[in-house]
Amino acid sequence: MTGLVDRPADAAAPDLDIRTVEQFLYREARLADEHDYDGWESLWTDDAVYWVPANGDDIDRMAQMSVIHDNRNRISTRLKQLRTGRRHAQVPFSRLRRVVSNVEILGREGSDTMVEANFVLVESRERGKEIWAGRYTYRLRIVDGAVRMAYKKVALVDNARVLPTLGFLI
Amino acid sequence: MPSARYDALIQPTRVHGSMYTAPEIFADELAKIWYRTWVYVGHVSEIAEPNDYVRKNIGPQDVIMTRDADGEVHLLLNRCAHRANLVCEADKGNSSSFRCPYHGWTYRNTGDLLGYPFHQGYGGRGKLELGLGRVPRVGVYQGFVFGSLAAEGPTLLEHLGAAAGEIDRLVRLSPEGEIEVTTGFLKHRARANWKLLAENETDGYHPQFVHASVFSVAQSGIGALYGEKSTAVTRNLGNGHSENDLRPEFRRLGVPMGWFGTTEAKVPQYVARMREVHGDAAEEILIDGAPHVMIFPNLFIAEIQMFTIQPLAVDLTVQHVTAVQLKGAPEMNRRMLQQCIGSVGPAGLLLADDTEMYERNQTGVAELRPEWVDIRRGLGRESVDEHGFTVGAATDETGMRGFWSHYKSLMTADGAAR
Repeated sequence: MTGLVDRPADAAAPDLDIRTVEQFLYREARLADEHDYDGWESLWTDDAVYWVPANGDDIDRMAQMSVIHDNRNRISTRLKQLRTGRRHAQVPFSRLRRVVSNVEILGREGSDTMVEANFVLVESRERGKEIWAGRYTYRLRIVDGAVRMAYKKVALVDNARVLPTLGFLI
Repeated sequence: MPSARYDALIQPTRVHGSMYTAPEIFADELAKIWYRTWVYVGHVSEIAEPNDYVRKNIGPQDVIMTRDADGEVHLLLNRCAHRANLVCEADKGNSSSFRCPYHGWTYRNTGDLLGYPFHQGYGGRGKLELGLGRVPRVGVYQGFVFGSLAAEGPTLLEHLGAAAGEIDRLVRLSPEGEIEVTTGFLKHRARANWKLLAENETDGYHPQFVHASVFSVAQSGIGALYGEKSTAVTRNLGNGHSENDLRPEFRRLGVPMGWFGTTEAKVPQYVARMREVHGDAAEEILIDGAPHVMIFPNLFIAEIQMFTIQPLAVDLTVQHVTAVQLKGAPEMNRRMLQQCIGSVGPAGLLLADDTEMYERNQTGVAELRPEWVDIRRGLGRESVDEHGFTVGAATDETGMRGFWSHYKSLMTADGAAR
């Protein structure tokens, strides 16, 4: 988990079970597919990292180009830009549906639960249909009784190749 | 294609829509521009060590940029002399030779044929006068590697002309006088003709509209640089090169690092180092900042990021983009990289919208009426500066007119492509 900061163990933190994790992932996917920017933004913690690496899945994100490398502040800017209605790359919105599968809990780090899953996403817009696919890595945490994500990495299968515009939330 | 056709299609104030859609014109451009003039290929820092190599391109051509054991840079076509298989499949690496996987022919990283298996079939060793195809002319300016597929023609310095000074302005922002290309590239597809990209790079008219969404939500001084009241200028640098010269605005601001949207307090080590190296001249360098220049036909330096335009078909172009890194300035490099990532590439807050415009524009130029793309903006208020270059206002189409003037001269020139 390149670049992740270890958080102090919190013995009181309850383990997330696989059903709870899956339900969270499906909800997150639906909010992104349906361009529910407020709902999607509310899933993030304050120390958020939203990352789509380029040219490999485990590059040094502080030294190499990424497709997306947003901290909480830039996530907010990205969403504000989308909400203006003048983010041309999303006017009109892409029609999106993604399938999230192969969900696995791969470990606990302090109070956080590390989760990975595969996804396939079909995007339709005027210029044509695109298929996006890859592996998600999440760092999930319970904040005020609700599941939140502190980290989401999207390792696209074709992240070393030529990509079309990615204007939506992947 | 007869020259008269280009005279009819490219006029001083307008360009015909078919210039962006006709496959035969694209084929003609490959021959007369991409396979003839100087094209930017890569940077020496991408092949820093002896025997390093990296795969690059000249338009649709797959080019291997190598550094041989003696340090010399070569541009080789990725094609075996035997049956034309690719000799190099990796994106980059370190090797003194390339071995074709098909029949085992081996080449030195200078392009020379080293050997071929079962040599009796050719009458013995060393019997074949073959090698990898070479880009016959390779030129390096301030670490920027250019190639020309024509054996003869203007020198690289003649081609760069005044654009060389813009590259100088970029590299002098490094305390060591060099930039580095070390952060990897995003490769962003545009289903559009390459000229729509090249024209847009110094179009100061579009930012207030295409990028209004990000200007309205992020703290950015970029918008004002391209406003009606901006004192910045658009300059035709000749040979198809053009720039948005933002220095008048940065000088008006008069704050070191203002060009980068920050202050010297945020990058104290960098500023101290620059003052140490440049003395009194440091103030001007730190106020003027980086260039915004389109170097014909495919290198666009947009302050902190560098784009290479790769045409693949009349309606298909790839933008390769990386963050400029200043040698000896780690404090700046971290910031430049993260700012660049936010702006460019498929999900960039700026470039995703530019690319949406390119793609819609490609649909538009195929519509039959009114046939023409208008490039007259600012023609009536241009002036000539002290160096003899035509200058327009920040939002004027002076750069586009310069692009088309040079384009037409290349497309109507006599002589074979190779």
